[in-house]
Amino acid sequence: MNRTDTPLSKPELAALVAADIAPGSFVNLGIGQPTLVADHLTPEQDVTLHTENGMLGMGPAARGDEVDPELINAGKIPVTELAGAAYFHHADSFAMMRGGHLDVCVLGAFQVSAGGDLANWSTGAPGAIPAVGGAMDLAIGAKETWVMMSLFTKDGASKLVETLSYPATGLGCVKRVYTESGVFLIGPEGVRVRSAHGIDADELRRRVPVPLTIEA
Amino acid sequence: MAPHFTTDAAEAVAGIADGSTVLIGGFGNAGQPMELVDALLQGGAEHLTVVNNNAGQADEGLALLIKERRVERIICSFPRQADSWHFDAAYRAGEIALEVVPQGNLAERLRAAGAGIGAFFTPTGYGTELAEGKETRTIDGRGYVLEYPIHGDVALIKAHRADAKGNLVYRKTARNFGPVMAAAATHTIAQVSELVAAGELDPENVVTPGIYVDTVLALAPAATPVSQQKDQA
Repeated sequence: MNRTDTPLSKPELAALVAADIAPGSFVNLGIGQPTLVADHLTPEQDVTLHTENGMLGMGPAARGDEVDPELINAGKIPVTELAGAAYFHHADSFAMMRGGHLDVCVLGAFQVSAGGDLANWSTGAPGAIPAVGGAMDLAIGAKETWVMMSLFTKDGASKLVETLSYPATGLGCVKRVYTESGVFLIGPEGVRVRSAHGIDADELRRRVPVPLTIEA
Repeated sequence: MAPHFTTDAAEAVAGIADGSTVLIGGFGNAGQPMELVDALLQGGAEHLTVVNNNAGQADEGLALLIKERRVERIICSFPRQADSWHFDAAYRAGEIALEVVPQGNLAERLRAAGAGIGAFFTPTGYGTELAEGKETRTIDGRGYVLEYPIHGDVALIKAHRADAKGNLVYRKTARNFGPVMAAAATHTIAQVSELVAAGELDPENVVTPGIYVDTVLALAPAATPVSQQKDQA
């Protein structure tokens, strides 16, 4: 198992996710932390970014004169188009996603279960106005769904859990969880720790309440 | 039949009756038919059901329709935003009914309506609280939820350019819900920035064929007078 003595910073974590994306992939990056991954993709990787409001070939955020109110990303931020971009309507955009044509979708999360269930759309707080957007479609659509999140809450509780306590976004859909403290691979045999950062095996086992396979 | 062309937004929306289901295009500000929604606001239609990705922003358009309590029910994917205060107030007062639909299901339910599909099984939402009470089925080992089409009485959409047959092309991510809403409504009203003669849009590039378009509101001066456009059609 790969180890470092300190937790990964957010840019380091984004760089790690970016490096794991296979060349030539079609990728959707969720709102929030996953957006940082785009900064670390290299031209040689030739990754095509999808935005669910109807575009493949999304470029970086627009600056100055580039800002066009009719060219925005899913977070409603003005973006740019790259050479070879394509536009399409919402039903096509989500058909592309639901139909398994995207290789990777990277999402933020409140919780991920040992079985790959994802919670990222609602805290279930009483009185909260429900709003789901594309979260449920993104969770189950791509060939692989990866999560980027902090491993622990502010109170120190693990967000990798045996069973979700927050409302589910999708069931059995998460294949990898990238956190500052470790990268977790979720498969039929359970959860395997691919790397640990600033935390040792004993502490991981003590604080993360799911069976973990940790190789020396 | 060729669409009706007008440069008067109030006239374009004059036929929208109380109790209508109104599909409103747009994602964020991109593709929002602001002039049509403003005209609907100035007109008196009430007891509306509105279908939109969101539930109004700031102090404009749909948000003001909600503020005036003319929207009884909203079907959307993401009502809660930093500036959705009019919706929030109406919702907390129990004065608007909300149906939250995953965005892809919203788009596909609209598409299904336009395509004559009775219902469809989708994996999106399976096992979540948004699927509670809905029919489900396991197909090839995967769980699916039965979803029904969303038909509109009226669609208000924004396109970039229309020709004299009502064929539409869009611009960049402003396309979003426009094409599926155009097909899902009994009466589709498109506001466009530019009106051109038949033959000036490359037929290979038409996104929404004019068969789906009933009224065109041309906001910029037409290349040829509107009356002439109608004659050509």
